[in-house]
Amino acid sequence: MGFEKFGRKGFTSQTRVSAFVDYLEKGELCATRCPACGRVYFPPRADCAGCLGSGLEWAKIEGNGSLVSYTRVNYGPAGFESDAPYTLALVDFNGVKVFGQLNADVPETAVRVGMLLQPAVVTLPGGQVTYEFLPA
Amino acid sequence: MSKDVAIIGAGQSAFVRGYAGSIRELVFEAFREAVRDAGLTPGDIAASVVCSAPEYDKQRSPAGLLAEYLGLNPQPCFTVESLCSSGTTGLRVAYGLIKSGLHDIVVVIGFQKMSEITSAEAQERMGRGADIMWESPFGSTMPAYYAMHARAHFARYGTTEEDLALIRVKAGKYGKLNEKAVYRKEVSLEQVLNADTVAGPLKRFDCCANADGAGCLILAGADRAREMSPHPVWILGLGSASDSMTLSGRRSLDGLNCARVAAEQAYAMAGVGPQDIDVAEVHDCFTIAELMAYENLGFAAPGEGAGLIREGQTYLGGKIPVNVDGGLLSKGHPIGATGCSQVRTIVMQLRGQGGPVQVPGAAIGLVHNIGGVGIYGNVIILGR
Ligand SMILES: [Zn+2]
Repeated sequence: MGFEKFGRKGFTSQTRVSAFVDYLEKGELCATRCPACGRVYFPPRADCAGCLGSGLEWAKIEGNGSLVSYTRVNYGPAGFESDAPYTLALVDFNGVKVFGQLNADVPETAVRVGMLLQPAVVTLPGGQVTYEFLPA
Repeated sequence: MSKDVAIIGAGQSAFVRGYAGSIRELVFEAFREAVRDAGLTPGDIAASVVCSAPEYDKQRSPAGLLAEYLGLNPQPCFTVESLCSSGTTGLRVAYGLIKSGLHDIVVVIGFQKMSEITSAEAQERMGRGADIMWESPFGSTMPAYYAMHARAHFARYGTTEEDLALIRVKAGKYGKLNEKAVYRKEVSLEQVLNADTVAGPLKRFDCCANADGAGCLILAGADRAREMSPHPVWILGLGSASDSMTLSGRRSLDGLNCARVAAEQAYAMAGVGPQDIDVAEVHDCFTIAELMAYENLGFAAPGEGAGLIREGQTYLGGKIPVNVDGGLLSKGHPIGATGCSQVRTIVMQLRGQGGPVQVPGAAIGLVHNIGGVGIYGNVIILGR
């Protein structure tokens, strides 16, 4: 339990990486790292596909990332209709790629592939918690 | 080049906005056409493979229902699913059933009645088409994912919205000639460019329409195919690959790696290369998807796909005619039926039955069918 608090709308509550939400509430966006083989995973996962180990550790994503691509969505799916338009983005933090939304105050004309961005934790009305990207 | 398994029958229902009948009746239309085309009776069919995306069905486990309605009991039947590429995944399974010697004649049935559920239900399912833990909570959609691929392609190679619009104009020209297409109108470059933006840079005409429809293919082993069919179309090469469901796991967004890998496999198995393909059907659920297919299939070098459409090389008479049946953009995209429809178009072309869009002398054709936004990729090479 607990993971349903992640995002504008949660789709599932049970996962062994629900501590992701606890880290978000402390202001940290985290990946997981396998202590046995060193692989780093985003999205975070409980198990390592490389060495088949479990017991992965949390690793904070820090610094600036580079915008891989983006799109301004004018029609949202169920539960997101009133949020549109919003901008989806994929950001590369030194090889760890993170999917999310761009801060709504960034004008569309200022968005460029390759621009530098940093993550910020956002608490939404109703207690949902998520992250977004801000210009660095 | 092996000639072990052939397609001896192909059929398709009209693709329509809202089919006024049940899924069994919709499928029957495609099945009857394929069985008559092959000159068989249902009793000749040893097994059936049903392809659909079950989240659109009200009926639980439609394979059983369809086998009864089509007169295919007591032969084995089951469903395969790989989202929008379910039809060609079914073809791959049927190929294996025949090549293994388990069965001699197998029918592949692809269908979707997308209007079976309400538009609100469809919107809800659309939101769950991505990783529901990590991407759906941000409001991701299918057009948005393809739009992100378009932006990445634009940024890396200088491709433009007009390049994508040219692909939609081609789809309209050929869709007008396809009496089974849901959208049978030409559209101008201006109409495409000035339409409402869905997810930038993709606009309304860059996206294919939902539709209800069914497609059916009948496959046979070499002996049965030669004895029963005056014009067997041989499966020369099959490729199939996958990629991460999350965008985080992708190597790049300016192409689909599952399509590249599947194409390499299919070319190697068939012993041919991109230059040998006379006619191709590619998965143009969005205009950018067709452009990436040009490159991922080797019709153009990486980054040079736009040159093909600017020069008109993917029109009839060009170097490699692509989607001369109007593609998904004009035909519509009834998820499970799409792959079967694509294969049927190439079968007709290789038999010389392409009508007004026949590629003269077409001997080798290719089908590229993608599930999700590059999660599943199937490439099939067919020959006379
Ligand atoms: Zn490991």
